[in-house]
Amino acid sequence: MDFQIHLLLIQDGVTNGAIYALLSLALVLVFAVTRVIFIPQGEFVAYGALTLAAIQAGKAPPTVWFLVALGAAAAGADIWQAVRESRGSRIPAILGINLGLPLALAGILQVAPLATLPLVVQVILTLLVVVPLGPMIYRLAYQPVAEATVLLLLIVSVAVHLALLGLGLFFFGAEGTRTPSFTDGSLSIGPATFQYQSLWIIGITVLLIVGLFAFFERTLYGKALRATAINRTGAKLMGISTDMAGKLSFALAALVGAFSGVLVSPVTTIYYDTGFLMGLKGFVGAIIGGLASYPIASLGAVMVGLLESYSSFWASAYKEVIVFTLIIPVLVWRSLTTHHVEEEEH
Amino acid sequence: MNRFFLGFVALLVLGQPLLPEFTVTLLNYIGLYALVALGLVLLTGIGGLTSFGQAAFVGVGAYATAYLTTVHGVSPWGTLIVGMAVTTGISLFLGFITLRLSGHFLPLGTIAWGISLYFLFGNLEPLGGHTGVAGIPPINLFGIELKSGRTLYYLIWAVLLSAIVTTQHMLDSREGRAMRSLRSATMSEAMGINTTWYKMVIFMMAAQFACVSGWMYAHLQRFVNPTPFGLHIGIEYLFMAVVGGVANVWGAVLGATLVTLLKQWLQDWLPALLGKAGNFEVVVFGLMMIYVLHRAREGLWPILLRLIPQKRQGRVIEAAEPLPRRSMPEAGSIVLDVQKVTKRFGGLVANNNMSLHVKAGEILALIGPNGAGKSTMFNCISGVNPPTQGEIRFLGDRVEGTESREIARRGMSRTFQHVRLNATMSVLENVAIGAHLRGHKNFIQSAWRMDRTEERRILGEAARQLERCGLSEHLNDTAGSLALGKQRLVEIARALCADPCLLLLDEPAAGLRHLEKQALADLLRKLRAEGMAILLVEHDMDFVMGLADRVTVMEFGEFLAEGPPEEVQRNPKVLEAYLGGVE
Repeated sequence: MDFQIHLLLIQDGVTNGAIYALLSLALVLVFAVTRVIFIPQGEFVAYGALTLAAIQAGKAPPTVWFLVALGAAAAGADIWQAVRESRGSRIPAILGINLGLPLALAGILQVAPLATLPLVVQVILTLLVVVPLGPMIYRLAYQPVAEATVLLLLIVSVAVHLALLGLGLFFFGAEGTRTPSFTDGSLSIGPATFQYQSLWIIGITVLLIVGLFAFFERTLYGKALRATAINRTGAKLMGISTDMAGKLSFALAALVGAFSGVLVSPVTTIYYDTGFLMGLKGFVGAIIGGLASYPIASLGAVMVGLLESYSSFWASAYKEVIVFTLIIPVLVWRSLTTHHVEEEEH
Repeated sequence: MNRFFLGFVALLVLGQPLLPEFTVTLLNYIGLYALVALGLVLLTGIGGLTSFGQAAFVGVGAYATAYLTTVHGVSPWGTLIVGMAVTTGISLFLGFITLRLSGHFLPLGTIAWGISLYFLFGNLEPLGGHTGVAGIPPINLFGIELKSGRTLYYLIWAVLLSAIVTTQHMLDSREGRAMRSLRSATMSEAMGINTTWYKMVIFMMAAQFACVSGWMYAHLQRFVNPTPFGLHIGIEYLFMAVVGGVANVWGAVLGATLVTLLKQWLQDWLPALLGKAGNFEVVVFGLMMIYVLHRAREGLWPILLRLIPQKRQGRVIEAAEPLPRRSMPEAGSIVLDVQKVTKRFGGLVANNNMSLHVKAGEILALIGPNGAGKSTMFNCISGVNPPTQGEIRFLGDRVEGTESREIARRGMSRTFQHVRLNATMSVLENVAIGAHLRGHKNFIQSAWRMDRTEERRILGEAARQLERCGLSEHLNDTAGSLALGKQRLVEIARALCADPCLLLLDEPAAGLRHLEKQALADLLRKLRAEGMAILLVEHDMDFVMGLADRVTVMEFGEFLAEGPPEEVQRNPKVLEAYLGGVE
């Protein structure tokens, strides 16, 4: 095996690893704030990629109608709650946000010449369709049981994953799609050749990580999320709405997921169920970080990417087996170094 | 064995010849799925754990027999043993690496395991890759070849029903009570229960049920490929358990039935309705699962049960030989000696250089204002939270850093400031948990009811301690239905059930009425006269001063004063700590 191949494998591994790193960050974030193990993270990757593909094909993406439907359900739930709390004055705002905006977006997608729009606009439209699904799913599936055990929330996550997976098949069919690169071609430096799309992926990943860091360090909402992650009750007493924190963290997770899909679909064919395995690889990274540390999680995710690209070279049939076996040494190490008795949840 | 159960069995046996082929096939699958779901009921409903990898264990059972019978000509009964041995190894390993971590690492670990095994099956050439293994021979039972679905039907349902019955037996025993209190880990460990071990046992049993189901599946189909052992089928099994109800073994049967029928029906109708081919039933399953988790967390079995009138019968305590007792230390000898203990939580010093001792046949009261560090001291002594520095001697041996269940074994028992009872278990069963270390029958013996003599002795002891604490009329009530003060008394009965020589009581009189307090004081005096050493934390000064032989006072985590009650009450430093100084 020569230097060229190494370079190729490393480039491939780091590119995929960057995507896994993004996903693992979102997983750690959602877990820290809401205690939800967000199995459906991968579905957002697929929805993002396939929604963009539909827009580029000049079709209104079916996900926008899903957005309208979920918005209607979320509005229904919120109105029911508002009526019970005798706060009827909130109903117009609830309807506007949950139903009005999605309908407006659906209207735009019906009339706009989607295929000929610049890529940036197509990507923005994609994100506008997919990202609000995150907080709406939180509202409908998780918020009613927000105080339940981690175990119950995990089972809810699996159920949400099942539903989104089946819906993905319904919306997009079984065929996979690829979207065109942001920039075609490659950059040669000496003996090394870098695909522009790989550079885009790595660059944007770094930017997003820096952006998330700034969000948590500099903004009030970011600090509110961190406070909720540290102590839910304490945050509540300080006037931070845990519902808001949950929706916000799900919005961020959806953003990261959908954007990962947009980034990765020029280099990998995305099927309706591709996202699930990608999300799980993000999980392997997150588990390496103990579902708590952002930097270790992202390093772990890059490691997963590298391991994956090397094992696809040597033993491609066993690629998935090798990648998922990586968590065994991590769990062994964590198990041997931990000394606490797990405390009950009430 | 109740009438409903016998009726159900009779219906299954006698009804079969009348059923059409299709229904028998459906019932076979329901039986196979219910066996897997039963394991998940144990894991999720009883142990508070879960697994998405049960389908992979089904795969282990199926592939073990498929490979060994077709390639090496081993008898199916031999392959069953091999499959179960492999399953034991894998589940022990997975349990070892995840069960000591927080509860969500096991499910995450089983996701990785489920996916890995699926791809492994699909890629291993000797196992036929994605095409699978065909030509699996039928099972031979006492010379009868179980070739058809109709004959295998009897084996499947016999296995399932005996799994249900033995599981029910096991849950209604010392081992079962330990498993049912796993969610309350600190309390369980303080009663001597090795929580990691019991989680491991539960996980192993669930895996074995899945493995046996896979073995029968392979001989029913006579063919295996990787598809039915993937992660999504693993999730479907969990779905069956959740929908049926994870709190009851029959939830598994109900869930498997509903999901199998629903899947059948949805797979016919949904593609036609939507005009597309695909597994759209997962959408309905997902939404249904969310709905059940929101609205009926216990699943549908309890709802079904409510339709049938139930007569609740309490447990009758049968006469049994009392359990052997431990020999008490000599009166007046030092039982507990705490020297210069310091406990830090990060920068916070909760106990600083704290010393105290308790003698056999003595009541020592530990008092101090709120936040003085009394409960922290209790946790240091009982091994819940080991001290940062200092020495703790119990019966002469150093115990700081010893696990709390080992300290319990040596004769220390305790209650908790915040009551830790299993609210859904009866008072009697809660108290019997205290006697955990006084019984020795294992889970296999209790599954086959070889523990009944011991069980009678344990329940007899629990009833005796409850009577001492004045709770005889509440024996069969659920613990959660009692008033808080009475729940504290249940905790004391539970602690006494361990036959301790040192009793730690954290605010035992809080929430008790005047007469109840007097009764409690009388009980503690009687225990003292029997030679027990008692250390109690209490805020009720009348109660403390009339009862304790000595009083130790703490303030800000430090020792403040010690002496007989009347002396401590006059101590100016103590008065200042409680009433505030005169500036």
